[in-house]
Order: sequence, then structure tokens, then C-alpha cells
Amino acid sequence: MLGRAANGVYWMARYLERAENTARLIDVGFHMALTRGNKDSQEEEWRSVLVTTGQDEGYLEKYSGFEASQVFNYILRDKDNPGSVMQMIENARTNARVVRTSITNEVWEATNEAWMILRDLLARPVKESSLGAVLSEIRKQAMLVRGAVDGSMLRNEVFNFARIGTFVERADNTARILDVKYYVLLPSVAWVGSNLDNVQWDMLLRSVAGDRAYSWLNAGSMDPRGIASFLILDGRFPRSLVFSYDKIRSNMAGLAKQYGHETQAHELVRDMGARLHALSVEEIFETGLHEFLQEFISATIRLGSAIAADYRFID
Amino acid sequence: MSAANIPNFDEMMNADGTVRPAYSDFCNWYEAQDRLWLKRQDAEAERFFRRVGITFNVYGNSDAEERLIPFDMIPRIITAPEWRKLTKGIEQRVRALNAFLQDLYHRQEIIKSGRVPIHALKDNDAFLSQMIGFTPPGGVYTHIVGIDLVRTGPDDFMVLEDNARTPSGVSYMLENRQTMMAMFPELFTKVPVRPVSDYPRRLARSLRACAPPAYSGDNGERPVVAVLTPGIYNSAYFEHAYLADQMGAELVEGSDLRVIDGRVAMRTTTGYKAIDVLYRRVDDDYLDPLTFNPASALGVAGIMDVYRSGGITIANAPGTGIADDKAIYSYMPEIVEFYTGEKPILQNVPTWRCSEPDSLAYVLDNLEDIVVKEVHGSGGYGMLIGPTASRKEIAAFREKLKANPRNYIAQPTLSLSTVPIFTKAGLAPRHVDLRPFVLVSPDKIDITPGGLTRVALKKGSLVVNSSQGGGTKDSWVLDE
Repeated sequence: MLGRAANGVYWMARYLERAENTARLIDVGFHMALTRGNKDSQEEEWRSVLVTTGQDEGYLEKYSGFEASQVFNYILRDKDNPGSVMQMIENARTNARVVRTSITNEVWEATNEAWMILRDLLARPVKESSLGAVLSEIRKQAMLVRGAVDGSMLRNEVFNFARIGTFVERADNTARILDVKYYVLLPSVAWVGSNLDNVQWDMLLRSVAGDRAYSWLNAGSMDPRGIASFLILDGRFPRSLVFSYDKIRSNMAGLAKQYGHETQAHELVRDMGARLHALSVEEIFETGLHEFLQEFISATIRLGSAIAADYRFID
Repeated sequence: MSAANIPNFDEMMNADGTVRPAYSDFCNWYEAQDRLWLKRQDAEAERFFRRVGITFNVYGNSDAEERLIPFDMIPRIITAPEWRKLTKGIEQRVRALNAFLQDLYHRQEIIKSGRVPIHALKDNDAFLSQMIGFTPPGGVYTHIVGIDLVRTGPDDFMVLEDNARTPSGVSYMLENRQTMMAMFPELFTKVPVRPVSDYPRRLARSLRACAPPAYSGDNGERPVVAVLTPGIYNSAYFEHAYLADQMGAELVEGSDLRVIDGRVAMRTTTGYKAIDVLYRRVDDDYLDPLTFNPASALGVAGIMDVYRSGGITIANAPGTGIADDKAIYSYMPEIVEFYTGEKPILQNVPTWRCSEPDSLAYVLDNLEDIVVKEVHGSGGYGMLIGPTASRKEIAAFREKLKANPRNYIAQPTLSLSTVPIFTKAGLAPRHVDLRPFVLVSPDKIDITPGGLTRVALKKGSLVVNSSQGGGTKDSWVLDE
């Protein structure tokens, strides 16, 4: 397989995952803002969504104030925003076009159709009344492409690179969401371990589609330590850090098997995987959650670069 | 006289309104269909094409909107005897084209004999001095050829143009058939249509049969074929991807390739791998920045050296453009006779070379009635269609023509045949042409039964090019 094609498949999957996660973040920002009574704390909520997606600086270059529809339209469709959901979908499709010969017709058609549908939906500014429908369409389209990948692609290198892209992006996104939200939500470190009856925590879980699973596992008790443990260390939850790394590792193993040898990236994955499996949530809080997550995010970035270099994504 | 006033040959209907035999099975089926249902299917076809992503980008349109080539669901039908005659003529012509190229780049007998003047070569950018004295692997210059045919009567097919560089459109031939079979499966049980779907397999076979000397065939490995595309912004990218996919070949860009140990190799996830046959869809000028356009990022630096030393086969060979040049076209009857010793089976459209003073004088006197084309133009750009042009356009063209007569040829306005298209108001005749696709390998000339029928969608229009608003039809060759 061409290095450029591996790069294309990997980024197609990453951009789709990022589009979906961004849509979830907007959804949560929207619900959180609704639960906040006054305008200031509503705007604070939207600012925090921008910070989590890393789009706050670009936004402030163009706008001031954090009025809801201004913020979510910026994130969804602003032409000056290189990280907008529409741009992510566009990037995913461009990459899919580049690798058309590597992916199945089903994957290409699902990606192309996602692009056509969302381009129409996002052609004009989105109103608050239709925001929910738009966000749910974005999630749905991303899931359709993932389903097409899962249901139609040969289990070979192409599939492995697509899956690695998905889970590298997911690991990064979950870590960022947890990092930003935890700070905003936790009044003081001393509160860790205490029982908080707060709808806001529910929203954090909701942003990674983990609210139901968490409540079910913890009988509805909202405990910051439990939530961190769930999002980082619970191997059953498909958006947790450890789950993402397990998936990266098994797909990297697929590459090693097909190519007959391991690379530097395999070492990085093994190291982080082993670390996550050995860690307890207590140890994480001893190092400091923020420090841990920052280190995790940089390690994942290093992993991405190692994969790109080892498999000759670019010359 | 304008084009609309010339009575033309309709391939479906006789002048008295009865259906010709070639179309009788189809028309029986068509008459029995519900009109509303057909309209729905027509709309469905467009949705299908969009979803599958069969689009092309229009040059000069900066919005780069991906446009769809309109598809018309009424097939263009060719009978078995008609096709037999066409294939004979095409095969003869393609043999002559290859012999002509071999001669031009070696002894130039045809020039010495005086049948083709030397000025047709001199100052012609399509003639590549780098190819002089070099014979491509297997002696094949034009691995893939598209011969554009027009029809003016029951037995009158003429060659309008030869495409010996990188003929495009074959993916439409394939997708049009797939679409028709998906929309009207039962139709194919009623009409015996010869299949076209094995074209990619034939193409792969034909390309592999042209492996270069450096291909060893050790371990029984087949020659490695790759398709070189300029990238996703090229107007024919869909086709490049489609053919690579169907052949099971890698689709490569210039940035994937480099010269290693005297071979052209592609960057794979596990290292560089040598390519034996490169089906390139980039123009000669962009192929090798060391030999041709130094600013090109689409090609491979050093590929021409590898080529000349037998390390790779380039399909089509560089420099084949000289054979499909419009200035050469007018000499094709002589060329065919010179190399085959036979009279041409397929006629040329009569052509005036504006470089010749008598012809130029005639052309200038008759601009309102004739078609004038740029010698190096393609895609329907830069041409004048006298009968439909305005006075102003003709006046402007007259000046261009006088300023540089060598740059133009002229042809009579042909009364092109028509085939009906499906419209909301029913069937309506439109002008068509036909591009069959020909594969050349050392042992075989292989013509797929069918081709691309392009159709002018505007009433009376003679321009079928997709870049000028033309559409396509599925082209059927009936079984014996």
C-alpha cells in the first residue's frame, strides 16, 4: 500500500471522529447553557466549548462575546475556521477521494453522502431551533461511515490504518474534554472524592456518550474520581483512553503481522498501553489529573508522528 | 445554410417515422413502459451518479464545483455488421498510427517519400526530439487509443479525430452500462447487448504484455502496473481512480515516485517498490521535470532516463501526440495507405489546411458555413462553428485566422447523425458521436465492443464535448 494512501485513510478516519466529537461538545455546551440561568455563565459555557476544541483564539480574532448562535455557527460552519465541522467533513472527503482505490465503494459512498447532506444542512446559518437536528445528523453520518468501514472493508492494512486514525483521534479528544471540563467543574481539588449532585457532571459524560453507561455502572452516584476512572481506565467503555489504546495496539499488531516486523510506534503504543493498565485512579490524582492528561495528550501526538514516519506517510 | 436545415440521419427512426431494425427490440420495450416511472428513473440516475461521485471538474471554473456529465437513458445502438466494419477500419487505422510513430522517430520514410511535409513536424511541440531513435518496449507507442467517429448516413462512419495521447471517457462507458443494468435489468434479457465490463481486465492484460526489459518475471511475479494521476483536482480524477481500482493497480501521484537504482519506484508503507508499467494520465510536458517542463511537480524527475534504459514502460509513449495532431489528421488517408498498403476503410472528414494559401482563401470566403478548429486545441475549446456563430464572432475569428493561418484547419459542417434523448416532453433527436476504445499490445489490437457516445443536449447543437454541456449515452453493440 502507498504511504500516501495510508496517510489518507488514517486522516479520513481522524477527521470524521473529530467532527463527531465536536458535534457532541456543541450539544453539551448547548444543554449546559440552558441549565444556567444568567447570561454570563451561559457565555462562560460557550467559551469553554471553544477552549476544548482549541478554537478560542481564532474565534476571538473575528468576534467578541460568546453569544450562543455566534459560537456554534463558528464551530459548525464558519469559513474562516479551519477546525469547523464542515471543514472536517470536507477534509475527510478529500482524503477519501485521494484513497478511493483503497477503500470500498460503501465507505466512499457513505463519506461522499455525509459530505453532500451536511453541506446542504450547513449551507446557511444554523438556528437554535434546528441545532439539535443538525448535531444529531452529524453524529449519524459519522456513525454510518464507521459502520461502512466495519461492515465492508477487508481486515488488512487499509482497515488497520483507518482504525488507528479513529482511536488516536478519540484518545486525544476524550483526554481534552476531560481536562478542560474537569477544571471548570471542580471548585477545588479537595472536592475530589466527594459526592456531587450536579447535572453538569452528567453533561460531561454526555459529551462522550457515556452518561447512561456510567449511571448504570455506578448506580447514579456522581463522583469526580469515579468519572475520571471511568473515562481513563475503564476498558469496557468505547471512548475511554485505555479502550482507545487497546484498539490502537491491536491494529498496530495487525500491521506488524502483515508486514512481518514492528516499528518504533509499536513500542510507544505498548508503553502507554501498559501504563494505562497498571495505573490506578489514586495514582493519577497523586500526579495531578491535569499533568497526567497533558502528558497523555503529548504522548499521543508523539505516537501519531511515529506512525506517520514509520509507515512513510510523507516523503 | 445552417446546421439545423440539413436533413440528417436519425439512427432510431426512418424518415417515415418507423423504427429501424437496430432499435426495434428496444422500442418495443420502451413503448410498454409507464412514462411517469421512466421520469422517476431518470431522476434516480442523476442521484446515483452524484452519490457514486462520478463528477468532473471544469477547467477555468474557479469555483471548482464538481459537475456531473448528464446521462441520457436512451441507448445508442450499433448492429453487429456495422460494428464488424468499424472494428476493421479502426484496427487498420491504429496499426497505421503506430507504424507512423515508429517511422517518425526513426527513418522518417514517409517524409522522404513526400507524403507528409516536413513542416508538419518542425515547430510542432508534440514531436519530441527525446524520442528520436528510441523504440518503446514491444514496439508499442499507443497502448490506449480513442477513435472519435461521426456518422452521416446508413453506411457512412467517418473519423473526426484520433486520440493517441491519453484518451479519457472509458469510465463513463463502464458506469453508463452499470447504471442502465441497475435501472432496467429486464431490458438486457430482451436485447442481446455485448458486454463492456471486462475492459479493465483487458487493459491490465494489455499493459502487462508491454513489460520493459528490466522486468525479470522472477518468482512468477506479474509486472507491476500503476496509474499516474495529476491528483484529485484533475478533471478526470474519477476515471484514474476507477481504472486503477478495477485493474487492482496502485493509483500514484508524482510525489509517490522517485528513481532508485535505475527503476521508477513508488513509496509504500514498507519501502520503495519498482514499477514495471506506468499508465500515465499526465501530459508529456509534465512527465519529467529534468527533461521537459522544469516546474512540473506532477511527474518524476529522471523517469525519461529510466525509460530510455529499459527500466519502465510508459503508456502511452511520450511523443505520441504528434500522431493525433490536427495538422497531421488531414494526412491520415495517405498515412494509412503508406503503412498498410490498403485503402483506408474509415474515411476522414474532408479537411482544409489553412496553412495552404488556396485552402485559406476558400475558408475565409466560407466561414459562415464551415467549422474551423485550432490545430492543437481539444475539448471543443477555441473552435468556430460557422452556421451557429454570430456575425461578430465570425469577424473576430477571421482576424485570428488571418494572423496565424497555420494554427487552423477547417472542415465542412457535417450533418451528424442523431439519436433521441429522453426529455420531459418525450423523445427528441440530438446529434451524437462515438469514441470506441482500443488497446494495443505487441501481439494484439483489442477493441471493446461499445464505447462512449457523447450527445449534444441542446437542440440543433453539434458540440458534444462534456466541457461544453454535452452528455453521454450507453452505447450498445448488438450480438451477432
